[in-house]
Amino acid sequence: MRKEIISNPLFRTIFTRLGLGFVTLFAVSLIIFAAIAVLPGDFAKATLGRAATPETVANFQKSLGLDRPVAERYLKWIGGAVTGDLGLSFSSGSGTPRTVGSIIGPRLKNTLFLAGITALVAIPIALLLGIIAAIRRNSWLDRILNAVTLASISFPEFFVAYVLMLLLAVKLPLFYSLARVTPSMGSIEVLERIALPVLTLSFGIIAHMMRMTRAAIIGLLSHPYIEMAKLKGVPPWRVILRHALPNAWAPIVAVIAFNLAYLIVGVVVVEVVFVYPGIGQAMVDAVRSRDIPVVQGCALIFAASYILLNLLADVIAIATNPRLAHPR
Amino acid sequence: MRPSDTNLPARAVRYRRSRTGLVWAGLRRASLTTWLGLCVILLYAILALFAPLIAPYGEADVVSSQPFAAWNSTFLFGTDQLGRDVMSRIIYGARNSVGIAFITTTIAFLLGGTLGILSAISPSWLDHVLSGVADMLMAIPQLIFALILLALFGSSIPSIVMIIAVLNSTQIFRLARSSARNVAVMEFIEVASLRGERTLWIIVREILPNIMPTLIAEFGLRFCFVFLTISALSFLGLGIQPPSADWGTMVRESATFISYGNITPLLPAAAIALLTVSINFVVDWFLDIASGLRDDQ
Repeated sequence: MRKEIISNPLFRTIFTRLGLGFVTLFAVSLIIFAAIAVLPGDFAKATLGRAATPETVANFQKSLGLDRPVAERYLKWIGGAVTGDLGLSFSSGSGTPRTVGSIIGPRLKNTLFLAGITALVAIPIALLLGIIAAIRRNSWLDRILNAVTLASISFPEFFVAYVLMLLLAVKLPLFYSLARVTPSMGSIEVLERIALPVLTLSFGIIAHMMRMTRAAIIGLLSHPYIEMAKLKGVPPWRVILRHALPNAWAPIVAVIAFNLAYLIVGVVVVEVVFVYPGIGQAMVDAVRSRDIPVVQGCALIFAASYILLNLLADVIAIATNPRLAHPR
Repeated sequence: MRPSDTNLPARAVRYRRSRTGLVWAGLRRASLTTWLGLCVILLYAILALFAPLIAPYGEADVVSSQPFAAWNSTFLFGTDQLGRDVMSRIIYGARNSVGIAFITTTIAFLLGGTLGILSAISPSWLDHVLSGVADMLMAIPQLIFALILLALFGSSIPSIVMIIAVLNSTQIFRLARSSARNVAVMEFIEVASLRGERTLWIIVREILPNIMPTLIAEFGLRFCFVFLTISALSFLGLGIQPPSADWGTMVRESATFISYGNITPLLPAAAIALLTVSINFVVDWFLDIASGLRDDQ
């Protein structure tokens, strides 16, 4: 039994892919860490300003642990990162330590909330539109959807954001133009506030997801068994729901995972436009003030979720490939 | 062949058409959107090249004592926070924003394309090393990677150009490598190497012409991506720095006006959107005729 699992190409491919994913994760953490350790530029001096004496610089470096050897610092950093401790921000004063975790933590929750709501809104719409476009291929509806999605993919996010803000918050005062949320707000109020960011993010992600769903379904509809069902006289909606869709879930789930990875990046600009206190905005602020530990912490979170979601998409695609499931 | 076919008059022999002939044939078949896209790209090129002649005022000239003036006959789109003419800055923006994105894309292509073709014909260990590095760089979302590097090197135009060029060259590397590999196994390459041609000659005369249509289409799409990334960085305040007129930065500087129903900040944003959409339309059409270039149908 055990031997069978090992020799099964399906499991072998999945394990290889998982292994590769974790190697990538390790390498990426090395790259992000190396950003501070290897490259030139004395951040202690840059942070403390020109007036810093050698003693204050040494003290500052010691308080941040910058005087230890590189390998030791990496192990400490990655070990801490796994348990949620990402070190001290450069913005911490001598007597008032500010951990990266305390800066990022609440914002990460906000970002996950925004991304989660967007996914809930965007995924059903995108799948529905994708399936409709695939069924009505080359119809006027398909062409309009194709043109609209092509345009929305090529628009910069801040353009979409400001157009929506102008139309739906200023000209027609339906939504709040800025998504300022505080922890004391109830969830209904928060939902009202983040309506426009969700709409902006959905706009881009629906376009991507719809096009990929359409392509996946069209690929599926060219199979002989679909032709057979049609020739038997099965009505079109039944061909889609009963014959095509069960086999389409695999590519569709892969499409969803891939687009959630895409959502992670889209969140940065949208958070800045709507002044939403999320991790993307925290990262941009940290880059501006060159607060490297915060940049590293945010980058690690972004990169890790990106890699894991892509890994998930790959594993799902492999696991549902019938050619691998039934070895000869 | 059915017997009735033989009664038809013989069609004139079709000679192989020249490249320019094919492009003209393609242009005749081009749809309205393609023409629209081509006109927009031409217009942007003219604006970028002749900006000093077209713009009513200089790029960084403070021409009005009134900051944030409304649209009027002297300053068509009003003035910005320092009293500079917004319309002139949009025209100069074609030079800066598009120019910098174009240079970045070109560098990315020289780097990624060269390494990609080399990787396709070099020994497998080198191929593995190069592909491994490219895969590693692609594992981090590009905007996030760019932010890390900008935090380290600071935002200056050379560092932005180099960072974005290197990050984008990975995708071009992949494409160039896979398409060059498909060509490298063909008989005519083997014949050329048996004939004693040098590697450089084989790359330039045999491989490159065969993968050129793919690379040109990719150049258009890659340019859009680079342009959008740099604009996003500028919009975040981490890209092209003032006083250079740049569309992303201009949106950022005047963004608060949206709340008062003023559409001035949308103008530079729309300028970006119009160009990327136009390029997409033209690339669509180009892919269409490029397949004609290959098949000679």
